[in-house]
This record gives sequence, structure tokens and C-alpha cells, in this order.
Amino acid sequence: MTTYGTVAVIIYLLLSPVIACTLSGVDRVVTARMQGRRGPKLMQPWYDLVKLFSKETTSVNDIQKILVMAHCFFAIFSGAIFFAGGDVMLVLFALTMSEVFLILAAYSVNAAYSEIGAQRELLQMMAYEPMTLLTAVGFYLATGSFKVDKIISTDLPLIIKMPGFFIGFCFVLVVKLRKSPFDLSTSHHANQEIIKGLTGDLSGPVYGFSELAELYEEVLMLGIVGLFFMTKEPVSLLWAFIAIAVVMFCMSLIDNIFPRVKWEALLKAAWLVTFFAGGANLVILSLAERM
Amino acid sequence: MRISKSPWLLHYDGSSCNGCDIEVLASTAPRFDVERFGIINTGNPKHADIFLCTGGVNSQNKDVVRQIYDQMPDPKVVLACGICACDGGIFKDCYNILGGTDTVIPVDVYVPGCAVRPEAIIDGVVKALKILDEKAEKMKRGEYRSLTSAEYAEKIASKDGSDGEALQEEKDA
Repeated sequence: MTTYGTVAVIIYLLLSPVIACTLSGVDRVVTARMQGRRGPKLMQPWYDLVKLFSKETTSVNDIQKILVMAHCFFAIFSGAIFFAGGDVMLVLFALTMSEVFLILAAYSVNAAYSEIGAQRELLQMMAYEPMTLLTAVGFYLATGSFKVDKIISTDLPLIIKMPGFFIGFCFVLVVKLRKSPFDLSTSHHANQEIIKGLTGDLSGPVYGFSELAELYEEVLMLGIVGLFFMTKEPVSLLWAFIAIAVVMFCMSLIDNIFPRVKWEALLKAAWLVTFFAGGANLVILSLAERM
Repeated sequence: MRISKSPWLLHYDGSSCNGCDIEVLASTAPRFDVERFGIINTGNPKHADIFLCTGGVNSQNKDVVRQIYDQMPDPKVVLACGICACDGGIFKDCYNILGGTDTVIPVDVYVPGCAVRPEAIIDGVVKALKILDEKAEKMKRGEYRSLTSAEYAEKIASKDGSDGEALQEEKDA
């Protein structure tokens, strides 16, 4: 691991919750303004997180806590690999592992809403996994390596070679960041429909850990967005931050323009986008490699 | 950090005429926007800090109200919104109505009105937040645990009993 990698991992581990809380605070304020409301304070997600850790835990079994902890651990772990400059494939597999632990936690409590949530989470994984894996393949085709530190040492930003992958990845990012559709298992808006499904039976600090995992995951996902804009020039970091800000704003906008998209629509659309945007880009990229 | 900075709310409609419920929803809409205070309408007792109950309690939903209350993790507060939730209101004498929310679970704040106005609801919630902070403070010191609905039922029964005995004694005298 390089010195830069070590520094990046330390910053990631220490600051991710604060950065992600601020980002979702901005997102909540922007969303409120789009709806003609005043909206909460900027650090509201941070207050929510701290509060959860001060609450009592009520749990029907002990295994739930362990599974949620494992979920949180793997989410942090996958991000750490990414920021250390490790293998993108490994990052995605560790992230899937983390999701699987959360689904197991939901199944372990044997509650109706948790089960619906877990099933929807599985469907949702089925919708976005092909695209995230394709993106990793795209990085390999474009740079000849799965390693993040190799990927960022290109001359030209990868967005030029991989616009299709970028569109596809942004599409599944809406799902990954729990924005839209509204009836996703842990969507921030699904509160009344399936009572947050997947996390429905978590309470207090245990729920806090699942929220914490989500914050680390958010930073990782935005990191991957940034990866499309990184080159070996240090100034590219600025472009990456601007790109992340634009993508975040688009996420809020999409969330507010399509407030009633359902998961069935997601499933169809995600695969279509994967096929046309990701697939076409993949074909072009591999043909270009052969020439 | 105080817990009142992030109060998540659970709204349950007992046997309300829906007047109060519409006002509760109105207070989450842009004009009143309770999200300003960090309030989120969760719909899940396990995530909620405030239990906002509208309408009286009837013989069919009394167990539902108890269960919701018992599922909420400490610290928690209960808000009875509207006159029916306070004491049964216009439905008080109906054969199936037990009375206000406090006939089955302990209530911290009573917000009267028919229908209760959004301003009053927000006032009530802000008042409940102070109680929530006090409870959280006491809970941290290990001095407080809220009553379960079963304990509350016993307390009411014993209180009625003792009153009854006192009355008997008075009569005897």
C-alpha cells in the first residue's frame, strides 16, 4: 500500500460518517427546497445517527446483532480496499457480502415486513449487480488492471472511454443510494409502505450500525463515480469532486421528479440500461482493444 | 447531544373521525413542515421516539395500541392528539369506546382540539420533546425505565382499587 493509500484509508475510516452525513443533509435540504419546504438542519442525519446509539435495543434474537455488525464491517472493509488502491472486483464482492449479511439479519427475525424487505433487497441486488460488475470489467478493459491505483494513473479520464458504463453506473447508483424507487426495501421514503422492510425490525444502536454502514457505502459509491474522472494529474481530484456534486444533485432531482416509481419498473429499466449502455460500451471497448 | 434534535414520530389512528389525522398530515406538508425540527413520520414503532395517537381507544384496537407502545424502545413519549384521544370526546359514551389513550397506555402530553390544529400539534410535539430529553437524561443515569402497558394496566387497576377501598371506608365511617 502506498503512502497516499494509507492516508486515504485513514481519512475514509475517520471522516466518512461526517462527510456522508453532510452530503445527505445537503440532499435533504435540497429535496425540501424542491418541494417548497424549509427542510431540516444541515447536520440532521448526524443527529439521527447519534440518537440511534443512545436508544435502547429491543431485539427478538442475538444473531441479528452479529449479522448487522458483520454487515457494517464488510461495508467499511470494502471501502477501505477501494481507498487503499486495491482490486475493484474485490471491493464489489465484499460489498455484496455486506448486503448478504443485512438480508440474513432481516430473515433471522422472522417478521413479515422484514421478509418482504429482504425479498425486495434480493430483487434489487439482481437489478444492479450486473451493472456494477460490468463497470469493474469496463475499468479492466480500459486500463488493463482491476487495481484502483493503476486505474487512476491514466493519461485521460476514463469517462472518455467509458461513457456508457458511467451512465449505467449512475442509473444503479440511484438504487444503491436508496433514492428511487420509493418502495425499495430501505428506501428513505418507503416508511409507510413496507415500514422500511429490511431494517424494519432493527432498533436503537443495531439500527444505528446499519445506518453507519450505509454512510460508508455512500462514500464508496461516490468514490467509484470519482474514479471515472481521475487521471495521474492531481488536479483531476477537483474534477472528480465536481462530478460527484453534479451526480448527487441529479440523484435528488431524479428522486423528486419520479417519486412514485416502483421496484418492478426498476427491475426492467435497470437491465435495459445495463444491456444498452453498459453492453454497447463493453463491445466498443473490446473491439477497440483488438485493433 | 440531545435526543430531541431527532424525534421520529409514529402516528396511529385509534377510532378517530380522521379530522385529526388530516391535520397531522397537514403538519408534515410544506406549509407547516415539521421536518424543520428533524421530525420524521416513521410508521415503525421500533424506530419511533414519539407515539402520536389520535381518536379514542375502542375494545378492538386496545391491544394494538398496547403492542405499538411496548415495541417502542426507551426513551419514548406518548402524545394524545385531539379531544377523543384525550378522553374519548364525542364518542365517549359509545358502547365500544373505552375512553382516551390513557385508558391503556401512559400519556405524557395531551393536545386538545376538535379537530386539533397543526399549530397545536407542533406545540404539543415541542412540549413532548422536553419530556423526552428529561427521560433520556434520567435513563442515562439509570434512574428511569418507562412502564410497560401491562404494568400500567396494573397501576390503573390498583389505583381504582385503592380509590374504591377508600370510598368504601368513607362510606363505612
